[in-house]
Amino acid sequence: MVFLTLEEIVKKHIRNFNRYKFLLIELVKKGIKLKYRRSYLGIIWTLLEPLLTTIVLTIVFQKLLGTSSKQGEPYAIYILTGRLLYGFFNESTKVAMRSIRANSAMIKKVYVPKYLYPLSSVLYTYVIFLMSLFILALASAVLGVVPTIHILEAVVSLVVLFLFCFGLSMILATISVFFRDLEYLWNVLSMLIMYCSAIFYYTTRLTGLASYLVKLNPLYCIISNFRSSVLYGRSIFTTPSEFQMLIYATVVSILLDIIGVFLFYKKQDEFILQI
Amino acid sequence: MGKVAVKVDHVTMRFNLSKEKVDNLKEYAIKFVKGQLHYNEFQALKDVSFTVNKGDRLGILGLNGAGKSTILKVIAGVYKPSEGHVERYGKMAPMIELGAGFDPQYTGRENIYLYGSVLGFSREFLDEKYDEILEFSELKEFIDVPLKNYSSGMKARLGFAIATIVEPEILILDEVLSVGDAKFRRKCENKMQGMFDKGVTVLFVSHSIEQVKNLCNKAILLDHGRLIAQGDIEEVAAIYEAMTE
Repeated sequence: MVFLTLEEIVKKHIRNFNRYKFLLIELVKKGIKLKYRRSYLGIIWTLLEPLLTTIVLTIVFQKLLGTSSKQGEPYAIYILTGRLLYGFFNESTKVAMRSIRANSAMIKKVYVPKYLYPLSSVLYTYVIFLMSLFILALASAVLGVVPTIHILEAVVSLVVLFLFCFGLSMILATISVFFRDLEYLWNVLSMLIMYCSAIFYYTTRLTGLASYLVKLNPLYCIISNFRSSVLYGRSIFTTPSEFQMLIYATVVSILLDIIGVFLFYKKQDEFILQI
Repeated sequence: MGKVAVKVDHVTMRFNLSKEKVDNLKEYAIKFVKGQLHYNEFQALKDVSFTVNKGDRLGILGLNGAGKSTILKVIAGVYKPSEGHVERYGKMAPMIELGAGFDPQYTGRENIYLYGSVLGFSREFLDEKYDEILEFSELKEFIDVPLKNYSSGMKARLGFAIATIVEPEILILDEVLSVGDAKFRRKCENKMQGMFDKGVTVLFVSHSIEQVKNLCNKAILLDHGRLIAQGDIEEVAAIYEAMTE
């Protein structure tokens, strides 16, 4: 056996990553290109789809159920922010979870670092998500949301969101190779997470256990941070409740990344025997 | 003795052939509790060791299920051996199954870049070699058509043209020469011959003993995962022929 020092291992991985950097870019491009190929409106759907669902949700909750905003902010933007962030979470974890099985033909025939599959899945859904933020800017302008300097802090939320979804995706991708049931189970779980993310309701209405449950949801914390920066114009660093959520979400995300990468690394050589 | 190109060192490859594949949680939990979680282990390769010197063309012989394709995939890095390890010295071009990584919805042009990147080529390199690939594959007028509309022969041509665009030092072949029509096959064989003349190291698997004899100067013989003979092609081929009688 040949034993390598930590430095050599890191160097080896960087060299290998550089060799396959172009493949990563190609896989990300492929994901984006193929998602909307053969549809007439193509990439415009990234803007249209969240807009349309937001209109539906606004009508249902505001007009039919009588939910009204607490601080005079446009309710539609409140929904749109939650809907966009959750949409990325849902899409990225789902695509990444299936990525190993979806690429099994390639994995069986040629050597490629396997983490490229979930990583490129999360990356391409992230790029589409970032493009869809354009509709948020447009809707905010139309509905009269005045941006403040704190809108720049939204970048922090977006980075944390990526780390959170990437860590989770690596864990899901690894486990789903061995247990296909996870795909169905995850559909249910992600629905539960959606209802715990305060996408279309206000947490001030929650009492008791429910309010704790929502606050334990890192995705809710990220959405709340994001809203704070883009909708309420409050700093996420100086508002104590927001800062707490930021720290919590960041710590959870980094932990998920560490667990995800470690788990994937440990199990990746067994993938080929399972798919 | 020349310099070593590939060194296979005590490689054992095990597969779990559980009778019913347990791949859902409920079944796993039930079997785990009942203590029925035993696997039928199957050893595709048993303690195989050999070295290939630079410039040697090694034929890998054996009956069906002897482990020929498995050993190629271990050398190519697709499988990680359960025990032992493999060392490779030099740029490797695995041509185990051409077109792994082709996407049917992509056009020929897009697939050149996609498959090229799967093989670890850079964008600049592919830009530079693009015309050469196009010319060799003879697919100029179809290059912007989605691959799903290609015939299997056209796919094979494109795959071969991309995979052979590098000048590899180690070439891994798994019966790929049997693709396309006679005309294209001749073209492939010429290209291969060109590589051989430059002294490329070749690992070749084929059922056709004639093809192996034509192409290789060394051979190994596998039987049920064990290496039972190695040496010059004539000696090993004689043993293999005696075995198949």
